[in-house]
Amino acid sequence: MSITYLEAIREAQARALGENPNVYIYGQDVGDFGGAFKATKGLAAQFPGRVIDAPISEDAIVGSAIGAAIQGMRPIIEMQFADFSTVGLNQIVNQAATYYWRTNVPCPITIRLPCGGTSGSGPFHSQSLEAVYAHFPGLVVLTPATVEDAYSMLLDAVAIDDPVIFCEHKFLYYHLKAEKLPTGALPVGKARIARAGRDLTLVTYSAMLHESLAAAEELATQGYQVEIVDLRSIKPLDTDTVMASVARTGRLLCVGEAWPWGGVTAEVIARVVSEGFDLLDAPPQRLNAKDTPIPFHPRLWAAHRPTAQSITAAARNVLNY
Amino acid sequence: MQRLVEAVPPAAVTGGPNDPVLRPSALDPSQLRLAYRWVLLARLLDDKTAALYRSGLVPGGAFLSKGQEALSVSLAMQLQPGDIYAPLIRDTAGRLAFGETIQDALRSCIGSPLGPMRGRDGNVHRGRPKDGYLPMISHLGAIPSVVNGALIARRLQGKPMGIGATCIGDGGTSTGAFHEAMNQAAVERLPLVMVVADNQYAYSTHRSRQFACDSLLDRAVGYGVDGHAVDGTDLAACMQVMDRAARRAREGCGPQLIVANLLRLCGHGEHDDASYVDPALKESHVGRDCVKAAADWLIAHGMAAPGELSKMQTDVSAELEKAVDEILRDPAPDPNVEKWTALATAALRENAS
Ligand SMILES: Cc1ncc(C[n+]2csc(CCOP(=O)(O)OP(=O)(O)O)c2C)c(N)n1
Ligand SMILES: [Mg+2]
Repeated sequence: MSITYLEAIREAQARALGENPNVYIYGQDVGDFGGAFKATKGLAAQFPGRVIDAPISEDAIVGSAIGAAIQGMRPIIEMQFADFSTVGLNQIVNQAATYYWRTNVPCPITIRLPCGGTSGSGPFHSQSLEAVYAHFPGLVVLTPATVEDAYSMLLDAVAIDDPVIFCEHKFLYYHLKAEKLPTGALPVGKARIARAGRDLTLVTYSAMLHESLAAAEELATQGYQVEIVDLRSIKPLDTDTVMASVARTGRLLCVGEAWPWGGVTAEVIARVVSEGFDLLDAPPQRLNAKDTPIPFHPRLWAAHRPTAQSITAAARNVLNY
Repeated sequence: MQRLVEAVPPAAVTGGPNDPVLRPSALDPSQLRLAYRWVLLARLLDDKTAALYRSGLVPGGAFLSKGQEALSVSLAMQLQPGDIYAPLIRDTAGRLAFGETIQDALRSCIGSPLGPMRGRDGNVHRGRPKDGYLPMISHLGAIPSVVNGALIARRLQGKPMGIGATCIGDGGTSTGAFHEAMNQAAVERLPLVMVVADNQYAYSTHRSRQFACDSLLDRAVGYGVDGHAVDGTDLAACMQVMDRAARRAREGCGPQLIVANLLRLCGHGEHDDASYVDPALKESHVGRDCVKAAADWLIAHGMAAPGELSKMQTDVSAELEKAVDEILRDPAPDPNVEKWTALATAALRENAS
């Protein structure tokens, strides 16, 4: 048996619905249709009345989830695409994120954002918005890169008493497969060493983990041992694991699919430089998407975001400094 | 079911398929006297808030409810334990009637750590969600969908729904969020009572620059919800219309949109002299003072004696003064003991210190 990243997300939701009567799913086309990507396939039939089609009203979708959460529910919101979550941004960042701090009443909602680029998706169906949400206090931002993490971290997200932005990568939906669902997992907030190495620390997350792993394979043939840290969680950010790795390697490259300005890669480098300047043997570098909207044509798109090739080149620069 | 859209508030309509019959208790003298007590207290509390603001004890701004007390109290007096109440900027009276203490109100204005918002948020952004009393955020239009969600939760939990009551201004109805929430409530057929206080202005902007329909009541048809118009300066009319709207919501008739005409009798905040308000409006019917009009009405209808109302004023003032004395002894919030974290989950806090 094998299970895809998307199926893991579906299975996690089925389990959450089955285990906790306060869980419900709300989003566009999530009911009988099973969602634009089929992440809720069959759930409406399995859990009648608890997988609810919403009007195209991202603000009211999130607003109502907040109201339900403070009444004891654990809503899972499916945004049809991460890109459309900006229409609900106000509710997410100004209402959900401030609720506990203002009132002492927790606001446990999970907002699933199908994010990241896929070929031909263009400027409005490809965005990676983790840095936008991480900027606001009061949100937890998760970016699973593996089938196992997609499953276990989604269950964690539902259990967490705070609003969680769950960034699931569309590129991984169908392609990424595992043998079976995990039985245990690292706690949320802990990064994982995805590949051990002594020459360079490569910090990444989400779909870029797989481009980075491919780059590390290539670099291994040239004699470089790259250590890859999969952040798993953007907020909180596991600085300890990153620092420990940099202490071993002395070199740092951060790779993210999102835009560069004020993003996750910038944050990681800022932390390493300010807390571990003397650990570094070379200036830390980062590689992100280009600072333009995300292009439609596959050739342009392939050049817009980091790939195994461009990561390999960037890594070689840090290694050869 | 046929929709009820009342363009003109009936004084006492009886019969008919939509049962707009007014419950006699809506004009129960004891209820009206109680309502009057709240509007009076609200007015005095607003004056006190303004005084504290002028003496520098209120950080930020002071936002008063003058002219909207009758409308505000009538909604809150319909609410029962278990209902949801999400008031907005001009609901001093409704908040008190719903059960907010004078201390909670004033503590939020001065930012006391003993108030419900603990100095983290202030003025009209206050509530106690555990009591069904939801705090607004500044962003207009953002609250109604939260009320919807609270009602949806009860439906999913199989609990009695109660009703959810919330308020907005004429300006706030122009937001996309307001529209999304009204439409959502209608689609889900929720017992939402939405009161629009059309007080002619949104800050300095006249309603003619806010929407192009004659009355916001026209929107009820578009949403597929019941609509009710009311004279927001008339306490007895407000009490009757709210009674009917709340009853229809409880009976499963879906969302109720109430549109009240009135005038804000103060600045947008105490920093604002409201010189943009058309003087003719102040002289017109919408410009009359609902608190004074209520007193006159109670006396004219033999529901209260003048002496009774002046005694009420003395009692309410004393109650207010006592509360003020109490809260002025509160400590200020202490940044050294403040928990600088926004997360409920301790294990996920990055820099809790
Ligand atoms: C989304 C949003 N935009 C702007 C503001 C700034 N603002 C606060 S109150 C106000 C006017 C509100 O007018 P109205 O809704 O008619 O209520 P009123 O003050 O008349 O009671 C404005 C523009 C805001 N709070 N929220
Ligand atoms: Mg107004």
